[in-house]
Amino acid sequence: MAEKAWLIPLLPALSFFVILFFGKKMPKGGSESGIIAVGTSFVLAVIVAAQWIKDERIVDQHLTWWSNGKAHITIGQHVDGLTAMMFLVVTFVSLMVHIYSTGYMHGDVRFTYFFAALSLFTAAMLFMVMADNLLQLMIGWELVGLCSFMLIGHWFEEKNNSSAALKAFFTTKFGDIGLMLGTITLFFAAGQTFHIETINKLALEHGALSHGLVLTAAVLLFLGVMGKSAQVPLHIWLPDAMAGPTPVSALIHAATMVVAGVYLVARVYGVFWSGFSIGNGGLNWMAFIAGLTMVLTAALAFVQDDIKRVLAYSTVSQLGYMVAALSVGAWTAGVFHLFTHAFFKALLFLGSGSVIHAVHSNNMSEMGGLKKYMPQTYWTFVIGTLALAGIFPLAGFWSKDEILLGATKNGYPYIFVLGLVGAFMTACYMGRAVILTFHGEYRGHGHPHESPRSMTVPLLLLAVPSVLIGLINAPGVLKFAHWVRFEVPGVEFEPPEHKFAVPLAAFSFAVAVAGLAVAYWVFYLKTAPNKGAFARSPLRTVKHVLVEKYYLDWLFVTVVVGFIKGPLARAAYWVNQNVIDGVVNAVGVGAKLVGRFTYDVIDQKGVDGIVNGIGVSASETGGVLRLVQSGRVQQYALMLFAAVGLLAAALILFT
Amino acid sequence: MDWFDSWALSLVVFIPIVGTAVVLAIPKAKELLIKQVALLTTLLSMAVGVIILFRFDYDHADKLQFPVNKSWIDVISSRYHMGLDGISLPLLILTLFVTVLCVVYSWDHFPEPHNPKAFLALLLVLETGMLGTFLAEDLILFFIFFELVLLPMYFMIGVWGGPNREYASIKFFLFTLFGSALMLLSFLALFFKSDPHTFDIVQLSQLHGAGLAHGTQLVIFGGLFLGFAIKVPMFPFHTWLPDAHTEAPTVGSVILAAVLLKLGTYGFIRIALPVLPEAARSWAPYIGLLSVIGIIYGALGCLAQRDMKRLIAFSSVAHMGFVMLGISTLTSFGINAAIFGMVAHGLITGMLFFLAGSVQERYHTRELSRLGGLLLQAPKMGWILGFCAMASLGLPGLAGFWGEFPAVLSSYQPAEGLNVALFRGFMVTAAIGTVLAAGYLLWMLQRVAMGKIPAEWEDAHIHDVHVPEWIAWAPMLILILGLGVFPGAIFHVTDDAVQHVSRMFGGEG
Repeated sequence: MAEKAWLIPLLPALSFFVILFFGKKMPKGGSESGIIAVGTSFVLAVIVAAQWIKDERIVDQHLTWWSNGKAHITIGQHVDGLTAMMFLVVTFVSLMVHIYSTGYMHGDVRFTYFFAALSLFTAAMLFMVMADNLLQLMIGWELVGLCSFMLIGHWFEEKNNSSAALKAFFTTKFGDIGLMLGTITLFFAAGQTFHIETINKLALEHGALSHGLVLTAAVLLFLGVMGKSAQVPLHIWLPDAMAGPTPVSALIHAATMVVAGVYLVARVYGVFWSGFSIGNGGLNWMAFIAGLTMVLTAALAFVQDDIKRVLAYSTVSQLGYMVAALSVGAWTAGVFHLFTHAFFKALLFLGSGSVIHAVHSNNMSEMGGLKKYMPQTYWTFVIGTLALAGIFPLAGFWSKDEILLGATKNGYPYIFVLGLVGAFMTACYMGRAVILTFHGEYRGHGHPHESPRSMTVPLLLLAVPSVLIGLINAPGVLKFAHWVRFEVPGVEFEPPEHKFAVPLAAFSFAVAVAGLAVAYWVFYLKTAPNKGAFARSPLRTVKHVLVEKYYLDWLFVTVVVGFIKGPLARAAYWVNQNVIDGVVNAVGVGAKLVGRFTYDVIDQKGVDGIVNGIGVSASETGGVLRLVQSGRVQQYALMLFAAVGLLAAALILFT
Repeated sequence: MDWFDSWALSLVVFIPIVGTAVVLAIPKAKELLIKQVALLTTLLSMAVGVIILFRFDYDHADKLQFPVNKSWIDVISSRYHMGLDGISLPLLILTLFVTVLCVVYSWDHFPEPHNPKAFLALLLVLETGMLGTFLAEDLILFFIFFELVLLPMYFMIGVWGGPNREYASIKFFLFTLFGSALMLLSFLALFFKSDPHTFDIVQLSQLHGAGLAHGTQLVIFGGLFLGFAIKVPMFPFHTWLPDAHTEAPTVGSVILAAVLLKLGTYGFIRIALPVLPEAARSWAPYIGLLSVIGIIYGALGCLAQRDMKRLIAFSSVAHMGFVMLGISTLTSFGINAAIFGMVAHGLITGMLFFLAGSVQERYHTRELSRLGGLLLQAPKMGWILGFCAMASLGLPGLAGFWGEFPAVLSSYQPAEGLNVALFRGFMVTAAIGTVLAAGYLLWMLQRVAMGKIPAEWEDAHIHDVHVPEWIAWAPMLILILGLGVFPGAIFHVTDDAVQHVSRMFGGEG
């Protein structure tokens, strides 16, 4: 089956075309096509994973796509534990989101279109995951970006939504400069190939490539990671991306697309490991950015009223954890966190969608007390919250603990400290969100009610792995680390692995509990939205800075983009119209004068039988075609050709 | 089929001229007949092209096939020499294809002052000129075809154009003529400096400028450069383009973007590089520099536009910058990318001009600030616009990507003897240009297609895509997607011939 893994992305791709051409005529508006295709892909993904566990045989195949001389540009599939895991995550979450969307998007004006985009997204994401070479990965990467653009802008009637879509596209595209140039650098470094296995091998072999080259490639690729996986300061697009329908936020902007950057790092780990000298400990560029991301964006989650934005900042912060894990050499931990996070964060987003569906608002100030109206949503949301906060024995506990463990053992104490601070904040802001949404009195309008089964069933199905999935890497089991591992055939390299340490785990658990306790104390006992701890404390300035999102949006959107789009573009155009075109027009006027002079001279002296003859016949042709210019063009033409003749003669005579 | 092989190129080039004669013979009142004859002519020519496509020997794409080499103007030993290799073939087919679609699109869309007879007659003359340019293997023959294109386009803009058509058409004519004049001068110099005197491109390419002092080579290349660079157009010789495009009727803009601009880039690959490789190497850094300036500058120019059509026109400056960047690296990657880029730009920008024309026809304006909500009023057209904008910004999976990415790639490692650091600087600049391209195209899409329907158009009846539009557009859309998924369809044709060129510059091929 692993050899046929290409079927997994192919099915949703076919579904996209089916929905595109026939969706509107189908009884369920095309959603059935998507569900069948993704469902089948999920089954295939399970088979691939089972086979991998049984045989542990890496499949690495490709076909030549096109050639340039001896360089072959290929398209292929690489199936190993990481691929199998990603297949599972993407197809499972996508299937849940498909089912959920039949309820959530019911009656939407562009229901069919929505499902077409979902299918296309799933196909592109799987195509990317399957890639055996960087170019293919890059292609999938940009295609998921397209789908993200389409789905964020799903309700494009509102300018805010379309602007959010554009912002997402531009920001990630900016990062993609790095991805593109890094890919090109590695292509030439590896002897004109994009093949990832070869690149990893060369990067890890001592002395095969110069360190400067590998570092350059790593820094460039990491720029792409910062854009796609929303690392500070390129995270600014992700909270705005919440303008899209909530199922999209769950699938694309929490569970799958945004982890593409993390996946890239994990996949091309040889380059990052050698480039950033991760094995040496200390400070590296990737750890620095990831550390900032974990904490800075978690802080922003505290001042949000929009429940989706709380989750969005949480996602950014958690992406920081994943990148941080990889940056400290804890490969398994980073990938494991990607895996567990996909389930509980998708659960949380779909839960928030269920709430939004019920109260018709995103703002927690218009929620409250929903526990009794929507019990299933409430309990699943609480499970997601506890999993995210890292409460034993739920999924997030295990993966977060491994990251902290890796940071301290591999010589990255500051990541350890920032990780603990972030864990505390995570538990705290999630506690706040649960309290503001589900507890206290209902503050909104109308009568909220539990969502339909098409929406609650996916919540229940996601709650199960959110509770249990972490156990597959619990001490004594530790199967995940074995199944999903970084290995390059022919190279003796393994990222460091560490034994589960009870004291550390107990400590991080205590920190998470403390976070929840503080949330309970601040937000539950003094329940009052918008009058939380910040407003009444001397930290008012801090709050202001947080509300303004550290002024980063202002800096990028207003200052940088505003300058390019406004003054710079206008200046360039002014130069075009006045300077460059000024010269052109001046030459034109000059030529006209010279032409008239020449014509007069020729006319007067009468040396011009031939010339006049040509002139007359030309203007007759013109007359036939009703040319209004009365032979002026012909004059210029003659003049120019005369000049050419003279110059040619000069060249012949004098050289 | 031997007779076919020796007649194929003459047929494909001159069928349109015969069509012109027939069209001119038909009384003006019989419009339908005129249209039918014109369509039939382009289809016939296309049919010959299709047969060529099947009979072309793809394993020897670097050899000139279907050659004709007859004596012509003996006095100056200029010969009627035409041939077809892997570099010309994609452009030949593109031209045939786009012309057919233009006739289809024109069917009910003749711009004021109407007169289909004159319009179609000119279009057919234009086709002959364009096809001939891509096939000529003799400098004089090349020059004649190259110039033949000028007049019909001049009239198209000058007679059927927008309000400022007089200025635009004269500017277009004189600007290109100026370049042609210098180009002709260089042709003459090549003739007199070669031994034996010849205008034959094949022979001149084999000479590689042997016997010419380096300084002389540089000067002659300069003349060729101006002739071709104006046609491309490269910064700073581009200012005729936005005016010509903006004023030209839709079909004129499409032809201009899809084919005419390629005459210049084709000239570089077919003539300038092989005939004077040494000079090309010396000129390459400057060409590369102008290319990347064009990429950034064109994008900034787009950002400042308020008129949809003018924006698309300006984007050509940026896109052709990528094509020229590829050529300036003198590598096979770069030149392959350039040819792919020419075809892709032809399809994509051609489509964008079709769309701009159709938007204008429906809303009677191209002001970006007045448009909006196209996706609500004419959803199919809105989606097509989105598709083309994505293709134009180089989204992988669509044709534009394969012109852009390998061009950027090639500048990482330019041909031997070129300054690597400099070209890597070009590479970074070009990559930044891709972000700006996303900027202007998506802003345009947002303004035109997204948002609510402006109050001005709320009651307007906006018809979604018409049948002739579908017929004209569907093949282009399919090709944009098809070439994106199967780039080998072009690279396979061009690669051998391109390797042949790049070997002159130390390419390993």
